[in-house]
Amino acid sequence: MSEEPIKKVSIIVSRGSLEGIYPGLIMANGARMEGIEANLFFTFFGLYGVLTKYMNSIKIATVGNPAMRVPDAKGFPLPTWMGSMPGMSAFATHMMNKEMEKIDIPPVGEFIEMISDAGCNIYACKATVDMFHLTDDDFCPQMDRVLTVGEFYELSAGSQIIFT
Amino acid sequence: MPDKTINGVSISVDDDGFMTDHSQWNKELAAALAEEEGISLSDGHWKVIDYILADYAEKGTVPGMRRINKVGGIPTKELYALFPGGPIKKAAKVSGLPKPTSCV
Repeated sequence: MSEEPIKKVSIIVSRGSLEGIYPGLIMANGARMEGIEANLFFTFFGLYGVLTKYMNSIKIATVGNPAMRVPDAKGFPLPTWMGSMPGMSAFATHMMNKEMEKIDIPPVGEFIEMISDAGCNIYACKATVDMFHLTDDDFCPQMDRVLTVGEFYELSAGSQIIFT
Repeated sequence: MPDKTINGVSISVDDDGFMTDHSQWNKELAAALAEEEGISLSDGHWKVIDYILADYAEKGTVPGMRRINKVGGIPTKELYALFPGGPIKKAAKVSGLPKPTSCV
């Protein structure tokens, strides 16, 4: 291999659904496990991943997801109107959580703790914090700091930026 | 399969330096493998290695971070402190096990 190995990544999480938040967490944790320096930046609805009150009730988006199949990725396509039926999102989330537990993917709160313990920095976007009227008390203790976009770019110097 | 000589003994390893024949592994070899990673083995390291070996014997795969935390009782911070720069990979290498396949 002649290419330089990746040394540092900054991962942006902007969506608040389960499939919006987990990929960022898995990528960040995986980076640390490879010895890669990692920063996680939560913005817009992605912030729900670090809000103490909501982080453990993140749901799969069953509406507007034409790839959704039941009971798993090789099953029957879920008609999009069915995705909007009451309880559908909760049910799909429940099923997915069960599968994730089997392969040792932790619930969001525990995962954030693990990622923080692994030495990944966790940041929240200043513009969204203002827009959503949030204060430091709303965040889980692992959230290091609220950052402006400028500060985020500064600390991302020399890194790959990944938008999930 | 490349071979490599360590402590005057020839061992089989894969392209990433993970041992391919665990029967060739022993405690002295572990110490030498650790030294290559810049680690000098302490009791803390052995606690991790012993757990990984026991779990591997039972499950046939190298345990992931969460399993080592929850079942093995070794906190994440401790793992990163003991094996800086890639704890599971380094611990598996020192334990003479294959490259870990878990994403978490």
